[in-house]
Amino acid sequence: MKKIRKTSYKNFLIYGFVILAYAVLRLLDGTVGISASLKGQLVPICAYVVMAVSLNLTVGVLGELSLGHAGFMSVGAFTGVVACMSLEAIIPLVPLRMAVSMIIGALCAGAAGVLVGIPVLRLRGDYLAIVTLAFGEIIKNIINCLYVGTDARGLHVSFLTNSDALNLGENGRVIIDGPMGISGITKVSDFTTGVVLILVTLFIVLNLVNSRSGRAIMALRDNRIAAESVGIPVTKYKLMAFVVSAALAGAAGTLYAMNYSTIVASKFNFNTSILILVFVVLGGLGNIWGSIIAAAVLTIIPELLRQFNDYRMLVYAVVLILVMLATNNPALRNLLRRVVGRVSPSKIAKEEPSDGQI
Amino acid sequence: MARYKRPEINLVPVPSPNIIPERDVGKFPVLEARNLGIDFGGLTAVDEFNMAIGCTEIAGLIGPNGAGKTTVFNLITKVYQPTRGTILLNGRDTLNMNTVQVSKAGIARTFQNIRLFSNLSVEDNVKLGMHNHIKYGMWSGILRLPGYWKGEKFAHELAMELLSIFDMQDLADHQAGSLPYGAQRRLEIVRALATGPSLLLLDEPAAGMNPSETDELMENIVKVRDTFQIAIMLIEHDMNLVMGICEGICVLNFGKIIAKGTPSQIQNNPEVIEAYLGKKKET
Ligand SMILES: Nc1ncnc2c1ncn2[C@@H]1O[C@H](COP(=O)(O)OP(=O)(O)OP(=O)(O)O)[C@@H](O)[C@H]1O
Ligand SMILES: [Mg+2]
Repeated sequence: MKKIRKTSYKNFLIYGFVILAYAVLRLLDGTVGISASLKGQLVPICAYVVMAVSLNLTVGVLGELSLGHAGFMSVGAFTGVVACMSLEAIIPLVPLRMAVSMIIGALCAGAAGVLVGIPVLRLRGDYLAIVTLAFGEIIKNIINCLYVGTDARGLHVSFLTNSDALNLGENGRVIIDGPMGISGITKVSDFTTGVVLILVTLFIVLNLVNSRSGRAIMALRDNRIAAESVGIPVTKYKLMAFVVSAALAGAAGTLYAMNYSTIVASKFNFNTSILILVFVVLGGLGNIWGSIIAAAVLTIIPELLRQFNDYRMLVYAVVLILVMLATNNPALRNLLRRVVGRVSPSKIAKEEPSDGQI
Repeated sequence: MARYKRPEINLVPVPSPNIIPERDVGKFPVLEARNLGIDFGGLTAVDEFNMAIGCTEIAGLIGPNGAGKTTVFNLITKVYQPTRGTILLNGRDTLNMNTVQVSKAGIARTFQNIRLFSNLSVEDNVKLGMHNHIKYGMWSGILRLPGYWKGEKFAHELAMELLSIFDMQDLADHQAGSLPYGAQRRLEIVRALATGPSLLLLDEPAAGMNPSETDELMENIVKVRDTFQIAIMLIEHDMNLVMGICEGICVLNFGKIIAKGTPSQIQNNPEVIEAYLGKKKET
């Protein structure tokens, strides 16, 4: 049981770090005050940290490439906001309503993950990358054509028409207005909600990775053929990792959307998916610490660089390259490893030899 | 393995036409291959393969390079579906089973080119072997319910017990990929044993080992058979090992069995000598 104690010690270090960062920011806010631009970024940072940690489950722990993580965020964002708006009368307590909405967002995104995953994860090779890429675009287009409204009779949904087709009764209101997205959201996300979601995500991901199921998922990444030979059902565990990852992205989507008064589907496009993938790759595949720090730092940097205006993206790119060089430097990596320790075995396994060489 | 429960199948033992050891005759063989064959496109890699393995036998499968030995293992474990023929495992037909089902039915194997979960620890590799014997699900794992603690405790103790057979318990926390070659081969055997097989397939277990490591391996293979009362079939090029511990030997050449018998029968078989050394030129 020594080993279990060791890993849970490492996990508590991460929870502690997140709580400490939260406490420090809260303290600064209460005393010296923090800049408005940083303050505005706090909830998006939390959402991106959750996105990065959850994508790491698919890319780093399972070893499958997903290029449509923002698609699941989008599903979570829109279903979560619709849930939150239509539950306003039923659950007046804001934190509870927020929690219920995030769970609904997560369930819907998880269901989308099942739909995408069942056909694709049975195949071998890079099909998942292609299909998730398409999924992100399809979701964007579906939501652009979707009209949802609510009135005394409940939810009304219409597709490919306009908001009049909803036939809303008196006091009815349009929630999703096609390409206009959702407007008039009451902002209910705050930093505390965000940090709680990060902690819940970490709890789920870290405990999953350090359990029987997580071992099976990593075994698939390291050597699929050996995993099958000891009786591990491949599709089941691929699907498990992928769906958990999608569901957490959904919860992050709800959190993110409830921080703005307006949200449109085009926000969750291919660029957002790639941005999150960049967090994961820079932070290190399978490295949860790395994902948290990369997501937080790389979300703040563009804000800090606002003063450079036109050169902003240039400087951002240079910073990315520098970080990449630094994280690939063995000496520096060893130092980092000694300081913080590794959460889980990182590094994607070597390319698996083709089937002919069994 | 004694600690795992396996559903009993009640079938009548069949007398086998093969060379299984005296003590296993009358019980039905752990594995019976009948007329097994596979074609890769136009190439017939294995053909008319007939063999039975007694339930506590150590059997050898030998033959020159490219003879089709590994392919036989891949057929038995359903990495490839046979083109023709039948494989019975403990009297049960394995038609339509896949690799995972064959593993659950009691066949475990090692690989010629080692296939460990190289980024995971030695202990985790062994625990993955017991995957289907640890009974808790995803939610017990995430929420750390009692099932998780019970399952992990069982897994840890059994993993240590199995590692100690090969004197590897001190390496439990090492990363599997960082072990020396010989230790990686032994770990693969431990992982296979952890699945609780009734038949263990070893593909060149002594490859890359030095003579003293090989001697130790021979002792351990016999010890594993004696302790767990299971059948073992091994492919090996090291004739000392094969002749030393195998009770029945099957010789494969160009995908076909050219000889079957005890070690002394095989050693003196002219066809076998010819397959290995080439035909004697008539002068
Ligand atoms: N997937 C495959 N596709 C096509 N041909 C194959 C495949 N697998 C094996 N073969 C062929 O089948 C034959 C037997 O190969 P196999 O690997 O079983 O030999 P082996 O007896 O294990 O040899 P070695 O002692 O070198 O390991 C070889 O000619 C090989 O090229
Ligand atoms: Mg071979």
